[in-house]
Amino acid sequence: MFITKVPVKEIIELENHIFIIKLFSPEIASIIQPGEFLNVKVVDSNYPLLRRPFSVCDVEGDLICLMFNILGEGTKRLASRNIGDYIDVLGPLGNGFNLDGNFDIAIIVAGGLGVAPFPYFIKKIKNSKEIFSFIGGKTDKDIITYGMNNITVSTDDGSAGTKGNVVELLELNIKQFESKQIKIFGCGPNVMLRKLKEFSLTHNIDCEVSTECAMACGFGICQGCPIESTHHPEKYLLVCKNGPVFNIKDVVL
Amino acid sequence: MKPDLSVHIGNLKFRNPILLASGTVGYGNEMSEFIDLNTIGGIVTKSLSLKPRKGNPPQRIVETPAGMLNAIGLQNVGVEEFIREKIPFLEKFDVPLICNIAASTYEEYIECTRILTKEETIKAFEINVSCPNVKEGGLQFGNDVKAVGKITSGVKAVTDKPVIIKLSPNVSYISEFAKVVNEEGGDAVSAINTLVGTSFNINTRKPKIYNVNGGLSGPAIKPIALAKVLEIKQKVDIPVIGIGGIMNWRDVIEFMIVGSSAVQLGTVNFIDPTAAAKIIKGIEDYCLKQGIERISELTGSYII
Repeated sequence: MFITKVPVKEIIELENHIFIIKLFSPEIASIIQPGEFLNVKVVDSNYPLLRRPFSVCDVEGDLICLMFNILGEGTKRLASRNIGDYIDVLGPLGNGFNLDGNFDIAIIVAGGLGVAPFPYFIKKIKNSKEIFSFIGGKTDKDIITYGMNNITVSTDDGSAGTKGNVVELLELNIKQFESKQIKIFGCGPNVMLRKLKEFSLTHNIDCEVSTECAMACGFGICQGCPIESTHHPEKYLLVCKNGPVFNIKDVVL
Repeated sequence: MKPDLSVHIGNLKFRNPILLASGTVGYGNEMSEFIDLNTIGGIVTKSLSLKPRKGNPPQRIVETPAGMLNAIGLQNVGVEEFIREKIPFLEKFDVPLICNIAASTYEEYIECTRILTKEETIKAFEINVSCPNVKEGGLQFGNDVKAVGKITSGVKAVTDKPVIIKLSPNVSYISEFAKVVNEEGGDAVSAINTLVGTSFNINTRKPKIYNVNGGLSGPAIKPIALAKVLEIKQKVDIPVIGIGGIMNWRDVIEFMIVGSSAVQLGTVNFIDPTAAAKIIKGIEDYCLKQGIERISELTGSYII
């Protein structure tokens, strides 16, 4: 785990106000795993005060790529940083996706900005596994395909791909994977993750999801990011430390 | 010559005035990955209750301008697990451990202290009578001068170790609470705990925090905390541990000038877990530059 200031090498604006920021950090780039995250102090001042957590989107050599949209003051400031600016990052943090295990096909299910952790994930496993990406959004403007492959799309309003949510899209397509060893990897809004849990339990398919919660520290001391455990209802797990990636069976969504 | 950074609270000596505040250092293990705990003045543990507490459901945290609201709800492992699982880790360090206790009833405060005082690793107690985020106990006591007095004398009766009472700023005159702590034999007060605050989503019209209210911390509250420390210092002869929005060494010096014998770092640990090390270096350099031989000279050295 590092706490270090790293220079911005590139900021790309994709369509629809989605940004990719590339930070130069050989030491973090060489150890970070898909699904792990960085907690980023976007500016050196007291406003915004707290770090912002971003899961690693991709690693390009010594560069770590983070994907974000402008949601509030923190992401606004991050998007307006210049090349050569130094940004304080803390990480890698959390537990990422389990890429080993007994599956031949990885099915990615992502809603909106939930695609963020998958470009790096795909890079890591594409030589050993087959990958199918199911991507959902409210409208065609919410569909992000950066770094994804084998894409099938759904939108709530039908403006792109199949009309409906992404778990319904998966349901329509699941037959083609019968008799194959598959595992689902999901990330997206909670309502999507809840549907995905129902789906994976009904079909008895192993599934890991990356979860999200407001947090302060990112490494377990603030206790700000609880998530209900399926097996131990008497105490919470922490998204930052026990997650953010969980087996979907282990958490109440 | 190196300045003497050590300070005293009661009969307890700290190598420097920088303590890590309850709830911002866990039980030490996470922080030890970032910082050598043996260089810190002291550590105040996450609030402990007799039995484990699950804490509040999410959302527990929301950022506000130059601050944050939290409503963790005193999630903790309970006294038994603390002794069994956490003390063996903490006892490896040469750093005074202050055990923070938060209870729902008077009896629970006494029982927790009675059990924990047997632990040699624990050098002092900080009694949280001011958590704004739980239904029972907490502020209910912190707002009541008589209750604070009764808890102070009750806890003092079952331990020989220094007892520090952590005061709520959500009262009209904090010095009245410090006064009763002093009268009932308390060794020090820490001031301030968080301020009650809230934040609403303007689209859903719902509170951002599950608990509705949370405790405000961070640099936003520093001027309030300084004023409360000064008020206590001017009215009551009791050591004060200053807390509230300290982000750097300058803030520490300011807190000491208005009357703090030591300080606690809280929210800054979430942003920079190495902050304590930088701050200790900063106050040492300040003393060197100013020709201050003992940092304790600064306490209450204000000129008004």
